Amino acid sequence: MNTSTDRSIRIGAGIAAAILAIAFLLGGFVVLLGAGDQAPDFADLLGDAYVRAILGFTLLQAGLSTLLSVLIAIPFALALHRARFFGKPLILRLFLLPQALPVLVGALAIITIWGQNGVVSRALASIGFGRLEVYGLTGILIAHVFFNMPLAARLIVAALDRVPAESWKLCGQLALPPLTVFRLVEWPALRQTLPGAAALIFMLCVTSFTIVLVLGGGPAATTLEVAVYQALRYDFDPARAIGLSVIQIVLTTLVLLATLLLGRDPAGGFGLGGKSRRFDVKSHVRGSLDTALVTLGTLFVAAPFIAIVLSGLAADLPRLVTEGAVQRAALTSLGVSLAAASLSLFVSVLVLLAIEALAHAKRPGVLRRFIRISLETATSLVLVVSPVIVGAGWFLALRQVTDVLAAGPYVVVATNAVMAMPFIVRIVGPALRQANADTGKLTESVGLTGFARLAFVDWPAMRRPLALAFAFAAALSFGDLGAIALYGSNDFVTLPYLLLQRMGSYRTADAAGLALILGLIAVCVMATVERGFAHRKDVAA
Amino acid sequence: MPARRHLREMFLQPACQALPSLAFGAFLAAGLAALAGPAAAQTGEKPTLTVYTYDSFSADWGPGPQLKSAFEATCGCTLDFVGLEDGVAILNRLKLEGPSTKADVALGLTTDLIPEAKATGMFTESGVDTSDLTVPTGFSDPVFVPYDYSYLAFVYDTETVKNPPKSLDELVSGDPSQKIVIEDPRTSTPGLSFLLWMKAVYGEEAADKWKQLNRRILTVTPGWSEAYGLFTKGEVPMVLSYTTSPAYHEIEEKTDRYQAAAFAEGQYLQIEVAGILKGSQHQALARKFLSFLVSKQAQEVLPTTNWTLPVRDDVDLPEAFSNLVKVDKPLLIDAETVAKNRRAWTDEWLQAVGAR
Repeated sequence: MNTSTDRSIRIGAGIAAAILAIAFLLGGFVVLLGAGDQAPDFADLLGDAYVRAILGFTLLQAGLSTLLSVLIAIPFALALHRARFFGKPLILRLFLLPQALPVLVGALAIITIWGQNGVVSRALASIGFGRLEVYGLTGILIAHVFFNMPLAARLIVAALDRVPAESWKLCGQLALPPLTVFRLVEWPALRQTLPGAAALIFMLCVTSFTIVLVLGGGPAATTLEVAVYQALRYDFDPARAIGLSVIQIVLTTLVLLATLLLGRDPAGGFGLGGKSRRFDVKSHVRGSLDTALVTLGTLFVAAPFIAIVLSGLAADLPRLVTEGAVQRAALTSLGVSLAAASLSLFVSVLVLLAIEALAHAKRPGVLRRFIRISLETATSLVLVVSPVIVGAGWFLALRQVTDVLAAGPYVVVATNAVMAMPFIVRIVGPALRQANADTGKLTESVGLTGFARLAFVDWPAMRRPLALAFAFAAALSFGDLGAIALYGSNDFVTLPYLLLQRMGSYRTADAAGLALILGLIAVCVMATVERGFAHRKDVAA
Repeated sequence: MPARRHLREMFLQPACQALPSLAFGAFLAAGLAALAGPAAAQTGEKPTLTVYTYDSFSADWGPGPQLKSAFEATCGCTLDFVGLEDGVAILNRLKLEGPSTKADVALGLTTDLIPEAKATGMFTESGVDTSDLTVPTGFSDPVFVPYDYSYLAFVYDTETVKNPPKSLDELVSGDPSQKIVIEDPRTSTPGLSFLLWMKAVYGEEAADKWKQLNRRILTVTPGWSEAYGLFTKGEVPMVLSYTTSPAYHEIEEKTDRYQAAAFAEGQYLQIEVAGILKGSQHQALARKFLSFLVSKQAQEVLPTTNWTLPVRDDVDLPEAFSNLVKVDKPLLIDAETVAKNRRAWTDEWLQAVGAR
């Protein structure tokens, strides 16, 4: 096999994988559209004052949430990257946890801290100040920053980690002042990552549902996703639901394309932290400032988790852990999330290999560039496709051919797998790009192709980020509820589903206990997977 | 750096010792078994009666398991509950599945959904004698059998609310600094019922009253779980729930801290009904099950498992139920009117609370 055949295979496989993922999502839309008796009327939808109002609010809250998450993440991540201290890897891991949390659990935990009867309010009241009033845009922003600032911070830390070690050494030798280091080294690295990070967070916030309703203080805070849900569930109007969802996808695509113009790195990556070593000039002031920033940021993210742990400990944990239903649900969740993560990893890696092959093509024509950008955008856009629609569509399609309840688990796995793709692409992509930049020419000149190239070039480069990506995808699907709602039955109950069931029938203490169990398993899965994948020496490094 | 590795182990290993095997070994065996599980449900020649219901009905702690064993003891059949999210989800599932649905019986719709359910043309007359049932407002229907009911009520925390509202009017005009949480009529059944409650009491004035009430509303949640979660977390002292909620706390948690407020205008009524699917292969069995559902034996199970009120007056209720709010004036807007006006009334509400 020669190099160009190898490249064609990679590109072909990647495009096939991407088409498969998109066909899965699109299939749901098409089937559901066929079920309704009319096509969506976009003019009518956009002419509706209600739709326009929620459209405006959706964009406003997502835009502000993104801005805040990123703006807070920048100084925090810079400080975190500069500072060297004991628990840094732990903090970086803590920062993956918010994504693994079922949204309702996270929202209630945030209220425990920031609510009008929360910890902060009570502290303020006890020293004679008024209570916080967070319901409304403020509450939505706090929650979205909690969920997404850590994500942005990890992306930024990763970007800083990719700065060559020589640059840091040089900064130290020249004793550059912090502002100069920022201007010459840190900012160029950030500039690469920020558009991608912002786009990812924007998409996550656009589709926000539970947070917006619970913390929004009333129907003035409504997102398009709420309207999609309402249209499909309460009015059973597939055309309207699909129309709204398409508007959402188109809008987000526009935003994504805008960020593509701003930065060259739509798939800006995560990293493992702690790799690069810095030699900043010692400064007392900056040291204390860093410590303060890291402490504040960590406290902000950790506080809701502490609330979850405390209320979880108050539950009857021994009974819960020994309950058959809980054990079955935990195993089902574990099965679903590990299967989804594996599938997602497989598809994402194929797409990434194709993106790299396209990027390093000898003749980077317009078509190749277009395909590459399409692949990058498509793997991101899956986040704004409403799972309710995909779920309902596949439900209709599957019931023509098989017992839907038996097929349900596979649809849930597939949906979760597709939803984890944008994250995996951002974790593994940069490492693969780096490897290709470093060794791509050499590899091609010695004619290394096929599995040998995979085994000797790509795999070593991807190994560690793959571990992180896998852990992350597993955690993400572990806490997911979106896909299961339609397919859940007495035989197929995941842990988050069980948690909501208990909450829905007065058993709040049980639900709190389950939230703790869920969080613990998620942490353990992440830790185990990262250790399992890594080299011995990497673990020690 | 060895120190870092040490720390990681210190923090993560104790909790995770059991996990590598759990995650990787048990995953393959049990995880895949769990995925493949539902397929192997059908057994023997015994007919299987499939009942679509909501999941808190079929849950371990719900009435499902007790009703199943009692009915199976006499029917010579297998009773299979399929638990979905709620009444709306049941109806949507039926619409998605169409006439070839596996369901023989749909159990757990509220009366509001009856016009929509009948419009599917998928239900058939029940043939169940409901003449000896006692349902408030005297509801009866040839297709749908009422099997329990509950009243909406504002449940309050007696530790913070010393003077609970005695009427809807007092709630609406009460102290704006004392907050309440309600559910969204666009996404939940109790939310819609409260919208109807306001409409039943205030009619044309409802919009103005909503504006007034809005000052007390801390937030509007997508469903009952979120609202009740905020309430039991102590975030709000009052929540839209049911008159039977205090009975749960008294019986299961032995506390009388949470009480329901009785309103002078009356409480809004939610009647739950069950119906037989036209396409069912087990019509006689389905009819037998619905008759069983309204029998004394089954009705005695419902109050302390489904936390609703029975449709028979010969059922012995636990002590806690005698402390509940007594409702003299059940309020119910007939389903046809609701179906016709739901959209307009929801819009009116959105406008009143400043969302459009």
